[in-house]
Amino acid sequence: MNEKRKIRLATCSLAGCFGCHMSLLDIDEKLFDLLGMVEFDRTPFTDIKRCGPCDIGIVEGGVSNAENVHVLKEFRKNCKVLVAIGACAITGGVPALRNNIDLWDCFQEVYLYEGGLEGNQIPNDPELPLPFDKVYPVYEVVKVDYFLPGCPPSADMIWKFLTDLIEGREPKLDYEMLRYD
Amino acid sequence: MGAPAMSKTITIDGKNVPFSDGQTIMDAALAAGVYIPHLCHNPQFEPHGSCKLCVVSVNGRNMTSCTMPAAEDMVVANNTPELNSDRKALVQMLFVEGNHICPACEASGNCQLQAAAYYLDMLSPHYTHFYQPRAVDASHPEIFLDLNRCILCELCVRASREVDGKNVFGISGRGIGTRLVVNAASGRLGDTNFAATDKAAHVCPTGAILIKRQGYRIPIGQRTFDHKNISEVQMEPDHE
Ligand code: SF4
Ligand code: SF4
Ligand code: FES
Repeated sequence: MNEKRKIRLATCSLAGCFGCHMSLLDIDEKLFDLLGMVEFDRTPFTDIKRCGPCDIGIVEGGVSNAENVHVLKEFRKNCKVLVAIGACAITGGVPALRNNIDLWDCFQEVYLYEGGLEGNQIPNDPELPLPFDKVYPVYEVVKVDYFLPGCPPSADMIWKFLTDLIEGREPKLDYEMLRYD
Repeated sequence: MGAPAMSKTITIDGKNVPFSDGQTIMDAALAAGVYIPHLCHNPQFEPHGSCKLCVVSVNGRNMTSCTMPAAEDMVVANNTPELNSDRKALVQMLFVEGNHICPACEASGNCQLQAAAYYLDMLSPHYTHFYQPRAVDASHPEIFLDLNRCILCELCVRASREVDGKNVFGISGRGIGTRLVVNAASGRLGDTNFAATDKAAHVCPTGAILIKRQGYRIPIGQRTFDHKNISEVQMEPDHE
């Protein structure tokens, strides 16, 4: 058989809302075309827990805790091309609204003033990743090869970008596709 | 033929652009429908020359077109890859110096800073974010002032002083500490005679001055820059 090797693609969501992943799923029936061209490595779709060697890695969300850094570095190490997708990965986005509020004040507001199911307490399980004082865009932590802005970028924009990249063209976005919101 | 003998011209990117004495390069370009990117300039006010987006190359030297008087036979380069890449860097610096979270901003889609960034094909802010704490002033019953988004263009300062005759705004501090201030003993907008009908309430190119209870009234798809880029919008008559 002379079948072309499929492009290996990994995706993850750091401090994001999974909106960019939802937008990727929004390409609807083109998902079949995509699956003809790529095979997924670590993604929330496959539930593979560790990223292996990949051609393309897509990162949603900013960096808000220690685990985000580990995942991001794993992606950078394993992916030939790293793509930051969405406002949060590119600028910190809505989670970065907390950047000028003291972390302790945030915790008190969320967990102490109005109690949750377990009463008024700040979660402190050793399993929980260490939160950072600020949320950072991914390009301030690792080198990023491509940016796909939008909150989220539209399914059309993601499709255009991915097909350009997979078919070896320099990705180019039309005016109406380039959005920060 | 047809050009009267008296008319003087410059060229911008090879195009003949007429001007009259006293006009800046920017004035002549706007009148001729040639877009030169600009943020701190608004033709209704005296030039300010602070954002540097309008820098063009005049006979090989870089100059701010909004302050430089046009002179006979100037050869101006404007829409070049070099100048546009410098402009993109300037816009990226504005993004990291302030706190611009477009998805959470009421001005998104109508904002000139964002539109200039789209025009210049800015895909990321590139530089390290400052995340400087900046004040939000909601003390006025009708108007928000959010300094996270202020680019210090001084259009509100000029409009309040020159058009409204009120002098509500001023600039204080130096360098990276420069801030827009409100001329009241308390420093709060609610303690001034600022009104939502003032010119100064409607000149901000970004989302730093916003009329309350108007946010998100215009649906996505119908906002100023959703379909037309800033070079088209700013060439329309009466767009400001
Ligand atoms: S002022 Fe403009 S650039 Fe800044 S957050 Fe609002 S829409 Fe974005
Ligand atoms: S508030 Fe708006 S108009 Fe006033 S200086 Fe800042 S950006 Fe310019
Ligand atoms: S438009 Fe000329 S310096 Fe801002």
